[in-house]
Amino acid sequence: MPEQDHLTVTVQRGGPDAPLQPQTFQVPAYDNQTVLDVVSWIQQNSDPTLTYRFACRVGMCGSCAMMVNGVPRWTCRTHVGKVSKGGAIEVGPLRNLPVIKDLAADMDPFFDKWVAAEGMHHPTRTRHDAIEAIDPVASDRQEANAGIECINCSVCYSACDTVAGNPDYLGPAALQRAWTLFNDAKDADRDTILDAVSGKGGCHSCHSMGSCTTYCPNELDPLSAILGLKRATAKRFFGGRK
Amino acid sequence: MTEFHLYMAQRLSALVMAPFVIVHIGVMIYAIQGGLSAAEILGRTQGSVFWFAFYGMFVIAVSIHASIGLRTILGEWAGLRGGMRDGASALIGLGLFALGAQAVWAVTA
Amino acid sequence: MKVARAHPLWLAYILHRLSGLGLALFLPLHFWVLSYALNDAAKLDAFLTLTEMPLVKAAEFGLVFLLAVHLFGGLRLLALEWLPWSAPQKTWAAAAVAGSFLVSTTFLMQAI
Repeated sequence: MPEQDHLTVTVQRGGPDAPLQPQTFQVPAYDNQTVLDVVSWIQQNSDPTLTYRFACRVGMCGSCAMMVNGVPRWTCRTHVGKVSKGGAIEVGPLRNLPVIKDLAADMDPFFDKWVAAEGMHHPTRTRHDAIEAIDPVASDRQEANAGIECINCSVCYSACDTVAGNPDYLGPAALQRAWTLFNDAKDADRDTILDAVSGKGGCHSCHSMGSCTTYCPNELDPLSAILGLKRATAKRFFGGRK
Repeated sequence: MTEFHLYMAQRLSALVMAPFVIVHIGVMIYAIQGGLSAAEILGRTQGSVFWFAFYGMFVIAVSIHASIGLRTILGEWAGLRGGMRDGASALIGLGLFALGAQAVWAVTA
Repeated sequence: MKVARAHPLWLAYILHRLSGLGLALFLPLHFWVLSYALNDAAKLDAFLTLTEMPLVKAAEFGLVFLLAVHLFGGLRLLALEWLPWSAPQKTWAAAAVAGSFLVSTTFLMQAI
């Protein structure tokens, strides 16, 4: 049996036209309950106008991230028992992104920056060529593998104070994507990637505070990816090879 | 001057300064034994080509390093953007260099 | 909502930023006082006698601390960014440098 039969849940509500205002709800407490369950309970039982976003509920799709007690988290895999403080939790929209309404953040800037960081495939071959054989134990491949499980949830982007202070900064997820492609034997344009991450708001804006790596729900390490990009650009500057 | 060039200037000036800072801390620990006096400082530094070169390069490196660092802070914490920010940090760099050069000249000439 | 961020790397970042900012603000004063040596050594001496006051001594300790913290924090960043070492190797290297600095500085203070 839970210690208390109710949780006190404070939800930050608002949107572009109305500044965020806290609203408190009493939600039945259960032994096993995620933050997303709690938000859904409010929407289904207390206030149907509460806006939030989710899809898969199993930590695959990356759409349900929210701020929970000041930390960005994937709410579908965040157990209430792990984050509640004396039976209270505070939930808000992801930081560093515009709010569409209530808990739904506008992800456009986040995805625009993936493109700006050249987070796109530059093919080495056409569809008419044979598929390139990839050596799974090559060190390049290991570097790329380390970052490819990103689910685009924007937790790292919301955790980052450099993003908060510098609107041009591409952010950890986009830069990690650039690093995986830079290390991908099937990517033909490494110089374009390095150019894209060397401009305004590129990898050199990072201050290695590591909130991305600390809070990534998939336990990825964008900080090391960004350090890799810095090293690659410095090497290129000194005329060395990759 | 791109962000990348500023980054390289920041890191290279830091590399140059690292040994200077270690010597500077050592000299401070040595010099404050028995109190500081102008005569003691000037006796060590005046007419010395070594200390002129040492502090001269230190001042150049720190002017570059501090102005780029403050440019970042002006952007992230003071919300300055574009030309305002670049102009302000360039002025800071030049000002630090002018004051520093004057100080080096004062103690080594 | 108050943002939670106090993990070790974030603290290292804020320490590096604040120490750098503090040093940058102190530098103009430092240069200005030294430049008195050029035409008014007596005035420089007057400033230097201030360094005997306990409050100024404490401030000096603070400045040396800022400088040392910024130096080691900066070396940490340079190693992190430019040396292709693993994270534990970097931690050990930083600890070794800081430790040897402590030992050699203690020696220096005993020797003079």
